[in-house]
Amino acid sequence: MTHVLSMLVENHQGVLSRIAGLFSGRGYNLESITAGITTDPQITRITLVCKGDDNVIDQIKKQLNKLIDIIKVTDLSPLPSLHRELALIKVRAKTNQRGEIFQVADVFRARVLDVGLDTMVLEVTGSSEKIDNFIAVLQPYIIREVARSGLISMERGRKQASPQPQQRKGASEKLNDDFKISIA
Amino acid sequence: MKISGAELFVKALKAEGVKHLFGFPGGVVIPVFDVLYSEPEIEVILTRHEQGAVHAADGYARSTGKTGVCLVTSGPGATNTVTGIATANFDSVPIVCFTGQVSRSMIGNDAFQEADIVGITRPITKHNYLILDRGDLGRILKEAFTIANSGRPGPVLVDLPKDVILEKGDDEYPAKVSIRGYNPVLKGHPNQIKRAAAELKKAKKPLFYVGGGIHIAGAVEIFHKAVEKTGVPVVHSLMGTGSIPGDDPLALGMLGMHGTYVANMAVSHSDLLFGIGNRFDDRATGNLSKFAPEAKIVHIDQDPVSISRNVPVEVPIVGDARQVLDQLLPLLEAPKIDEWLEQLFTWREEHPLEVKVGENGDSAHLRPDDVIQSICRIFPDAIIATEVGQNQMWASQFFTFRHPRSLLTSGGLGTMGYGFPAAIGAQIANPDRRVVDIAGDGSIQMNIQELATAVYNQLPVIVAILNNGYLGMVRQWQELFFDKRYSSTCLMRGKECPPECTGRAEGCPMYHPDFVKLAEAYGAVGLRVTKHEEIEPALREAGKIKDRPIFIDFIVEREFNVFPMVAPGAGNTEMMFSEGGQS
Repeated sequence: MTHVLSMLVENHQGVLSRIAGLFSGRGYNLESITAGITTDPQITRITLVCKGDDNVIDQIKKQLNKLIDIIKVTDLSPLPSLHRELALIKVRAKTNQRGEIFQVADVFRARVLDVGLDTMVLEVTGSSEKIDNFIAVLQPYIIREVARSGLISMERGRKQASPQPQQRKGASEKLNDDFKISIA
Repeated sequence: MKISGAELFVKALKAEGVKHLFGFPGGVVIPVFDVLYSEPEIEVILTRHEQGAVHAADGYARSTGKTGVCLVTSGPGATNTVTGIATANFDSVPIVCFTGQVSRSMIGNDAFQEADIVGITRPITKHNYLILDRGDLGRILKEAFTIANSGRPGPVLVDLPKDVILEKGDDEYPAKVSIRGYNPVLKGHPNQIKRAAAELKKAKKPLFYVGGGIHIAGAVEIFHKAVEKTGVPVVHSLMGTGSIPGDDPLALGMLGMHGTYVANMAVSHSDLLFGIGNRFDDRATGNLSKFAPEAKIVHIDQDPVSISRNVPVEVPIVGDARQVLDQLLPLLEAPKIDEWLEQLFTWREEHPLEVKVGENGDSAHLRPDDVIQSICRIFPDAIIATEVGQNQMWASQFFTFRHPRSLLTSGGLGTMGYGFPAAIGAQIANPDRRVVDIAGDGSIQMNIQELATAVYNQLPVIVAILNNGYLGMVRQWQELFFDKRYSSTCLMRGKECPPECTGRAEGCPMYHPDFVKLAEAYGAVGLRVTKHEEIEPALREAGKIKDRPIFIDFIVEREFNVFPMVAPGAGNTEMMFSEGGQS
């Protein structure tokens, strides 16, 4: 099963390598890993996606917790959480194809970042599945390059802690339908 | 006051109470050795190889519980520590290893004697540091000592660039540090402890299974109380040796591949296995699908990673073995297990570990088990270090350990060449105790250069070489599982030997090298023993020597095997007692 682990880690040199090394050294399956600074410059958030049966995932979490530079590990998979990935896609686009591509991009709420003589670069955000689908739809135009960010994730605000107004809740449900979460 | 990095380093060692430093100098660490040169409180032990320095620090740490410290130079000095660090990491030994590094501006430029030792040792240390800011030095040194010897202990490596060593800066060495990502759990969860006590009380065939964690936590004494209160019998892993006196009636011995018959039968029939500070290692469990099939498992360990990794655990308790036993002891009640004990004692009598000297009316043949038992008789309170292989297993089987922290052996990594330098470290830490390294003629040659260290430091370490001319354990496996094809295991094999050796022939030397002459060449004492009658006198003679190491070359029966044995992949009840014999 696929799990998304969200971690707060010390912003120390080599911390990413400790995590990546743990996965390669112990033969765990690492699907993606992303890192970025938080509001505290000493703390980095790392989101990683890994695969394994319950025992393996349990070991992965324990082993990560054991790393001294890791402050906190949260397994987001059992929690209500938000998952997003960003992708940049360069497709071949002859002048007569641009209109079509614009239309496809619009359906996926992708943005056009660049238009060249015979290429276009599109930016799309969403669940990993949505990005897979978008790429699949673009295949006929010949994809030149794809750059994906890997998943970043966050737990939803807890209901008890901050109850959301009725209409806002409806809006967020709609949003959720648009971007079907492909995790788990 | 501004002081150099080297001066702060020495200040930190003193603040940590470090009396001995095992090391080997080199280019970039000369300034540190220079400060140590005029420091009366810290004795620097110059080993003859960096691997020896780490193993010595390891033996020092294992025998005392104090943190072992070593200091080596960059590049090859640092990479030579790798085996020692991995050994300590596997067996949870607190070591702080300082390596020199090239100056910060040179890092990454393939400078002379540069190695990315932090990258190399990342998976084999508990934690490691490269210091890039002189301002961090004091804090990081404190963190290194804190991490090494708390929670589940382990080696910490600190890489010191030359210019950090030289830079003048802050002289502060903090008394305490807090590390937000590191908070070992020491106390056990009270509900889990209640459950564990309840399970033990209602068990009909309970068994304690203890590992090295019990020594590390200093839990031996309280564990004895638990055994006394409950009357529950005990098996131990190799690292748990000495956690209960070997001659205690409730001590069933070691389990696993070369464990006792009774220990393996006990584990296989137990209905409650109560693990403390062990990790269900594959050499102990044998085939996991056949391991303790009828048992519920309680497992106390400092490291959550060890729990439910190899075997599913019903009652997991994360915590320090001593603190958890402290909590547990008042709740313990003695279960009714008379039948169980009777069964166990019957098993023990069926296949005891015994030495049959002069079995064939032939006392000329020297048996390795006889040698070990004699060492035990003459030096019953000794600290025993071992190398790895047959010598290690015989030592664990035939030496009756009565004290904690008295068996120094590379249990997890299985490092040949560990024992002798570890014995040196232990002798330095325990000048009043007898330290004996039980070695094979293969293993001892892996760090034999440390003879010089032992001679110059006047250490009366006894090295008992069980000399069979083979890499014995591998040869045993070849005999049992590879049709006696002794590929690369005869240490006397030469150009003239036939392609398929069938055993000792006319031209074979009795031994090689001549360890007696070799010891003498270094200024140590060398003795040779070839028959049963000579064992005791040689040991007694060695026991009289107090100022230098003694090599005793025991020329033992060449193809003597370690039994009982559970073949790799077999279950623990499928034991061999002799070549081809199965229970």
